[in-house]
Amino acid sequence: MIPELGHFALILALCTAIILAVVPMLGSFTGHSGLMAIARPAASAQAFFVSLAYACLTWAFISHDFSVLYVANTSNTSLPLVYRISGVWGGHEGSILFWCFISALWTGAVAVFSRSLPQVLLARVLAVLGFVSVGFLLFVLLTSNPFERLFPVPLDGASLNPLLQDPGMAIHPPMLYLGYVGFSVAFAFAIAALIGGQLDTATLRWMRPWTNIAWMFLTLGISLGSWWAYNELGWGGWWFWDPVENASFMPWLVGTALIHSLAASEKRGVFKAWTVLLAVLAFSLSLLGTFLVRSGVLTSVHSFAADPTRGLYILLFLGVVVGGSLVLYAFRSHRLNSTATYELVSRETALLLNNVLLVVACAAVLLGTLYPLFVDALGYGKMSVGEQYFNAVFVPLMLPILFIVGLGAMLNWKRDKMKGRSGPLLILAVLSVVTAGVLATQLLSFSFAAVASLALAIWITASTVFGIVHRIRNKRKRLSAVMHTPAAFWGMSIAHVGLAVFTVGVALTSIYTEEQTVRMEVNTTHTVGGYTFTFAALDEVRGKNFNAIEGRFNVERDGADVGTISAQKRFYDVRRDTMTEAGIDAGFTRDLFIALGEPLEGGQAWSVRIQTKPFIRWIWLGTIFMGLGGLLAALDRRYRTVSSRSKAAKTSTGKAKSALDSMVAGSMASTATATDTPRSSGA
Amino acid sequence: MTPKRKQRLLMVCLMLSGVGVAVAFGVNAFKQNIMLFHSPSDVAAGAVEPGTPFRVGGMVIDGSVNRSSETLAVSFGLTDHAENITVSFEGILPDLFREGQGIVAMGSIDDQGTFNATEVLAKHDENYMPPEVAEALEKAGKMPGTAANYGSKTVQP
Repeated sequence: MIPELGHFALILALCTAIILAVVPMLGSFTGHSGLMAIARPAASAQAFFVSLAYACLTWAFISHDFSVLYVANTSNTSLPLVYRISGVWGGHEGSILFWCFISALWTGAVAVFSRSLPQVLLARVLAVLGFVSVGFLLFVLLTSNPFERLFPVPLDGASLNPLLQDPGMAIHPPMLYLGYVGFSVAFAFAIAALIGGQLDTATLRWMRPWTNIAWMFLTLGISLGSWWAYNELGWGGWWFWDPVENASFMPWLVGTALIHSLAASEKRGVFKAWTVLLAVLAFSLSLLGTFLVRSGVLTSVHSFAADPTRGLYILLFLGVVVGGSLVLYAFRSHRLNSTATYELVSRETALLLNNVLLVVACAAVLLGTLYPLFVDALGYGKMSVGEQYFNAVFVPLMLPILFIVGLGAMLNWKRDKMKGRSGPLLILAVLSVVTAGVLATQLLSFSFAAVASLALAIWITASTVFGIVHRIRNKRKRLSAVMHTPAAFWGMSIAHVGLAVFTVGVALTSIYTEEQTVRMEVNTTHTVGGYTFTFAALDEVRGKNFNAIEGRFNVERDGADVGTISAQKRFYDVRRDTMTEAGIDAGFTRDLFIALGEPLEGGQAWSVRIQTKPFIRWIWLGTIFMGLGGLLAALDRRYRTVSSRSKAAKTSTGKAKSALDSMVAGSMASTATATDTPRSSGA
Repeated sequence: MTPKRKQRLLMVCLMLSGVGVAVAFGVNAFKQNIMLFHSPSDVAAGAVEPGTPFRVGGMVIDGSVNRSSETLAVSFGLTDHAENITVSFEGILPDLFREGQGIVAMGSIDDQGTFNATEVLAKHDENYMPPEVAEALEKAGKMPGTAANYGSKTVQP
């Protein structure tokens, strides 16, 4: 009964989404405010129905309803509760429903928090979001119904892929989807701006927090995926340039360009058409990523099923969205003229350069990802593009980007003089290189690449600090200057330092990792990277739904005990899958990584992969900083104080402010009254 | 030219040259790093020069896996049910490597026709077969019936 209810709710959601996509858009053209007013309730209704459908599917998982085909294929009675809940998005059908769910939530959030937007604009934004929802809801209902029944009902399910039974994998998809789908908001604003033929500062100001939040989720989502791969795949790598990883990385690159371009557009009124194009591209790449991952054209843990109709559907939808928006862009973008000017030496130039570099980097990744697919589709044979291609193209592009990040943070908007600036800049640059050289040679062994990357990381950090100091140096009350520095500025600074931390992590890990694959018996020792690993014991362990063989290794360095690492080889009961659970001794400056390979000679000896990985934690630490920066920037007060009336509303709400409240306060600016406050804060 | 135009020209030139350099890097790296896929039949037909890196895929022949007792060296037979080749590899095979199942290996053949693999990839899932392997098997007319989970909508290549 519950699954049918879910299915029915999904159909109702589709109906409301169609209404949402059509009626307000019509209203916006005819100027009929009654039609436009349907947008917000329709968005809320859609969010309700999709949430209901989603809850029904979750219930089927929790209650082990194996009469539902999808549950029977993805769950099992021995699966722990947390993986039954995350199992909902552990297969194809559920993950698409999950996409719809997130999309409905974003749409609902826009409806709730954007009341102060002009009615026409809001109607169009919500209608575009409704259109995207229609696309995905139709996809679920036509090609991948998660509520399909199965008869006869099996006694137990086929269980979740053990690779996905990991806490990192449980939260990676929600984060990633929040990011992917979040770009649909920026996309909707961009399309609405193109239709209306104008993009004013107020609209841009609205777009910024939404885009920042989406970007934050995408950053954290990709980071979690990389962390999961490191923990679960057993080869000790954190990034593989796998097409599926690229699929999430391309929207990130363009999204990064977008948040910077948005900043320039909002503050200085430049690059408007470019900003709109980036918003369209970011979302298109999110859709492309979904297509690549879900259509089964790629061999990966993510491609659950290869059903040609699904691939064709997403491809068609992709064609409509990308084609439609680019045609619209071609006809309307000239109306989004940027009146402001800037000179060659200015922050605008730095932002533009980095924007172009990011897009070029994205294009390089796109080429490497799609080329093999095209060649295959055209029947010229099968091929793959290796990791080396991506490294060879990507790294040289990143170096100027890192340099310009530091430079741009120190330049003024509009115009700056190199005269008087070049002195401090030069000193800072020389200091960065010297410090990097000293650090690299003293603490590690010399490597040109390590010095260059460290120098760039120090350069970014130093210039960020310089920017902060510059901001408050000339103020009389320094403390209050610090207090009054906008959150967006702190967000930018933290994110840039995060980038520096990330750079250090990537560079040092890839340069100084030591890896050996060896044959070890119990009580033998092996030395890698100055650490001595003793294979202490081999035991059998029983987990909730798996048996494991666990190897324990004692680690010493220079005679001092470092700790014990346990690495497991797991054999899952239901799917009869074998999984490597790597043993990792995590540290701030180094990780020790051990993965059991295979038993040799009947289990007396094992092949063991041992790695020492300096500074690998910094990679994820850096991304956490970036995400935090994105969040802080989104919470900036300026996005809340749209008019004086919003201030009045804000003081009445009191001091208790959460991330959402801040946007609520802004959204109440022109339409809502103070009585709305309790309801909105609860939302 | 007005100073502003001069600046714009400079800017455009800067960008074009930057993008140009990037494209040059890209194309160069691209040429060096594409790896073609060949089936054991292709290899037997002499489609690949010894020493050229490529990918090969097929099914691991039952009972063909041969491990060294001293080192991590391993060799096994790979087939598309039309032709066989011998693959040798040193290192850890993936978790889902099993006899009788589909894998993809990267490497090159030597003069004796042995494929020296630098990397061996197995599928992520019990019922999944790498599409390259499936196609190679189909071409050779030897596609085995695949086991489905429940119903027809589940993983089938």
